[in-house]
Amino acid sequence: MKKIYQRIERIDGPVVMLRAKGVAYGELARIRLNDGTDTYAQVIKLRDDQVSLQVFAGTKGVGTGDVVEFLGHQVQLAYSETNLMGRTFNGVGEPIDGRAPVADTAAVAIAGPSFNPARRIIPSKMIQTGIPMIDMFNSLVESQKLPIFSVAGEPYNPLLARIAKQAEADVIILGGMGLKYDDYLFFRDDLASARDRLIMFIHTASDPVVECMMVPDMALATAEQYATQGKRVLVLLTDMTAFSDAMKEIAVAMEQIPANRGYPGDLYSQLAARYEKAVDIEGSGSITVLAVTTMPGDDVTHPVPDNTGYITEGQFYLKGGVIDPFGSLSRLKQVVNKKTRDDHAPLMNAMIQLYDGCRKVRQQQSMGFSISSYDEHLLAYGGEFEERMMNLEVNLPLEKQLDLGWQIIAGHFQPRQVSLPENLIEKYWPATE
Amino acid sequence: MTTKAVVAGVNGNMITARFEGTVRMNAVAYVILPQKSGDPIRLKAEVIRVRNDECDMQVFEDTRGVVVGMTIEITDELLALELGPGLLSLVTDGLGNPLEQLAQRSGYFLQRGLYLPTLDREKQWAYTPVARVGDRLHAGHTLGTVPEGPFKHRIAVPFGIVGEVEVLETVPAGNYRVEREIARLRLPGGEERAVSMVQQWPVKKPIRAYVERLLPSKPLTTRVRIIDSFFPIAEGGTACIPGPFGAGKTVLQQALSRFGDADVVIVAACGERAGEVVETLREFPELIDPRTGRTLMERTIIICNTSSMPVAAREASVYTAVTVAEYYRQMGLRVLMLADSTSRWAQALREMSGRLEEIPGEEAFPAYLGSVIASFYERAGLVRLEDPYLGETTGSVTVVGTVSPAGGNFEEPVTQSTLAVVGCFLGLTYARSYAKRFPAISPLESWSKYLDSMRSELEGIYGEGWVDDVREMQNHYAEGQRIGDQMKVIGEEELTLEIFTHYLKAELFDAVFLQQNAFSDVDANPSTERVAMAFKLARRIVDQPFTFPDKDTARDVLLNLTSLFRNWNLAAEDTDDYKRFLDELEAVIEEWSGKKSLAEVTA
Repeated sequence: MKKIYQRIERIDGPVVMLRAKGVAYGELARIRLNDGTDTYAQVIKLRDDQVSLQVFAGTKGVGTGDVVEFLGHQVQLAYSETNLMGRTFNGVGEPIDGRAPVADTAAVAIAGPSFNPARRIIPSKMIQTGIPMIDMFNSLVESQKLPIFSVAGEPYNPLLARIAKQAEADVIILGGMGLKYDDYLFFRDDLASARDRLIMFIHTASDPVVECMMVPDMALATAEQYATQGKRVLVLLTDMTAFSDAMKEIAVAMEQIPANRGYPGDLYSQLAARYEKAVDIEGSGSITVLAVTTMPGDDVTHPVPDNTGYITEGQFYLKGGVIDPFGSLSRLKQVVNKKTRDDHAPLMNAMIQLYDGCRKVRQQQSMGFSISSYDEHLLAYGGEFEERMMNLEVNLPLEKQLDLGWQIIAGHFQPRQVSLPENLIEKYWPATE
Repeated sequence: MTTKAVVAGVNGNMITARFEGTVRMNAVAYVILPQKSGDPIRLKAEVIRVRNDECDMQVFEDTRGVVVGMTIEITDELLALELGPGLLSLVTDGLGNPLEQLAQRSGYFLQRGLYLPTLDREKQWAYTPVARVGDRLHAGHTLGTVPEGPFKHRIAVPFGIVGEVEVLETVPAGNYRVEREIARLRLPGGEERAVSMVQQWPVKKPIRAYVERLLPSKPLTTRVRIIDSFFPIAEGGTACIPGPFGAGKTVLQQALSRFGDADVVIVAACGERAGEVVETLREFPELIDPRTGRTLMERTIIICNTSSMPVAAREASVYTAVTVAEYYRQMGLRVLMLADSTSRWAQALREMSGRLEEIPGEEAFPAYLGSVIASFYERAGLVRLEDPYLGETTGSVTVVGTVSPAGGNFEEPVTQSTLAVVGCFLGLTYARSYAKRFPAISPLESWSKYLDSMRSELEGIYGEGWVDDVREMQNHYAEGQRIGDQMKVIGEEELTLEIFTHYLKAELFDAVFLQQNAFSDVDANPSTERVAMAFKLARRIVDQPFTFPDKDTARDVLLNLTSLFRNWNLAAEDTDDYKRFLDELEAVIEEWSGKKSLAEVTA
């Protein structure tokens, strides 16, 4: 029943072309190379009997006489409710952790249909991560999609790993794209303790570029399976710029006309199709997406961060090794901050205001202006704020973060020097010894 | 009558068909995708190019699984929308499929190939005939009415009929379903046609069943002070809101959909976040519109093709929305249509153009981008309607489109093509939003062509001399900004007290009038009287020749005035605070007007 072909007519970049009949758009094909190994490919264009295939592992070593077999189905994910935990796969869903293939799996199509907007609900549940700059200052909300804007060299992968270990979620799915092999090893070792709720899809920089493009779809299709079964899933992706660059590479090989800095015209739609998988399902689970997006040249108007900004609900801005409280924004934080503790929002605003004051004093100081004694307090406060709150090593539950906030403020200021409501000061200002 | 065709090629959401017979441009086609079990899936598509015996079509669905040689049915119908009672409060996808009903059929996820009628087939409507047997009517004339929400929904002679028709039969008043025949007409050619409450209209064609188009002369109040004063929007006019991400496009758009003074509001959520639609969807049914006493949802229709839904349907969605807008305009209503975002629509055009391998224009957008945008905005307008029974009325469609320029740079093709055709430009800037000055509409870069053309109507609302006053304040503000820029270079010390005070006054005007708190129930929705009053009061402060001894005092006093004014903005009309802040404002103005300047004292 399966159709076998042995005459590849064109090989061009990651794309091969042959003549075949009865092939479906999007169908998966297997190419048996002359060394006996198999490589997989997907139908990306049909024209009469000409079939264009995108070869996942690249066309290196593909011969015109190699055997092509069409498998009669789309790219699928081997899903299993219990046997995926702690496993690591590549972009096409094959295990790369040296262990046996996953048992008892069901085939699930990837890049499935879109969630019906009429069935969406207003997000309302906070996800605690233990990181004050997130929980207290820009709370992450279930079903939110947030990028971590950063630049090469910043510790965005350690931050993701920390979130993977600390965040309140039932299932964590990590999708690595274009990772340095060292980074993969880091994730593997660092996240060993979280493996009972962790699934990884990893593409490293030396892997074929097509596999890079598949990682988010694999990760999100897996997430969808768990979410529809009532699980709260947190999907961590790194790095979406590598994903976009992979798309650019394929688009150019396909001779598509580039739109902006070489990226294809559908960059926005492609990114949105992935990010919009984030959802809170009424009476069931949820998918939350945190995705590292490195900005070439720290330029937020670069097409990848720019298009991302229009899709996501805010951004974390990781700069100088810390989550910058001024550049970061969680657009959904208001909905959950009301429900945490009555001092949450006012304390957050007061602390940021004071820290902004500290920043200004530092500027003045650097320009040689003299500073007042109040400015000295601001400087001391700023230093302690950075040390005890902005430091990514800090891991505290939200209640403790708030208490710590009061402690830091009280250590440097009098109650009347901070713009906090009287009733909150009475309730929370630490007693002086 | 359908033309048979087969699939000859598939490239993403474009399918090439080989056909026998005839096809029509923009006709609807269905690609028949057989299933292992059960009925085949029918994928809806639209013919967008014909070459010899082949035509290209954009498919409104995912094309995975399509095989060369599969059957395609090409209909003779253009891509059309059902029009009739029951559209209000609906939430549909870009093709007019009601999303709630889709969810009832297919659950959480949208299922491809599932299409449902836009209008509820079971609901009964209390129909009252207006036309009588023997009457001679034209397209758009009323046959009868049904109550829908706060309006009388007019059931009209189908818009596509050319020439005079004769009413042969009508049904008596009663409760009917939409598909029930309510009249029988004799067409100009002599043939008879049964008419129900539903008619189909091809979305890409404007409805032209009106007497004439009129020059927009009446403002559409938005309750956003900077718009209503500096850059007014006209009923039947057009406006665009470009802005980078994070500049508050969504909040502004939602404010317009809430407070915009229109009878019907149509929101086309075109390629944007689904989450934003959800807010509207969940909140509007709870919010009461003080003008009608009904919920906001009852005047709202949402056409929702969010960013992850099929791209071709995104292209169709703005046309679907504007067709609904024109339909309610035909009933003599004032319709406001918000398209968010037209950039996503333009990107859908670009994707299709790329697949068609057309020669690209700037940033790979098709060369016809400008004319497509122009003809879309041209569907806005104020029209005169004449009806034998209901007399002469006007109806309007006002179109406000947001634009999402790449990198926030207004020089890009979509923003530029849009600016060329709209009457009002509300440019959101990153600088203003970063400084937390909301709405972040730039008072310097934005413009409205309607400020002068609506002079008499505006003065009727806000008082004699309004337009000139507004112009003066615009100039005053611009001068204040120039001083501010100068100050950044040469420092405050170099400015005279007079010039420095001018700067402070401009800042005050910005803070208390141009800026507005969208999250305060009072400040987000001021009455026109209150806008006029706030303007007058701010103007008084600006015009007042204060006698400050020095710059520090000037700053302190004006900051104090700013703070009092802002508190007054937040106080509801009948509260103690309202009066108290007003009195305090008066007192401070008095105090500093009476004092003599240092120069006068020493002289």
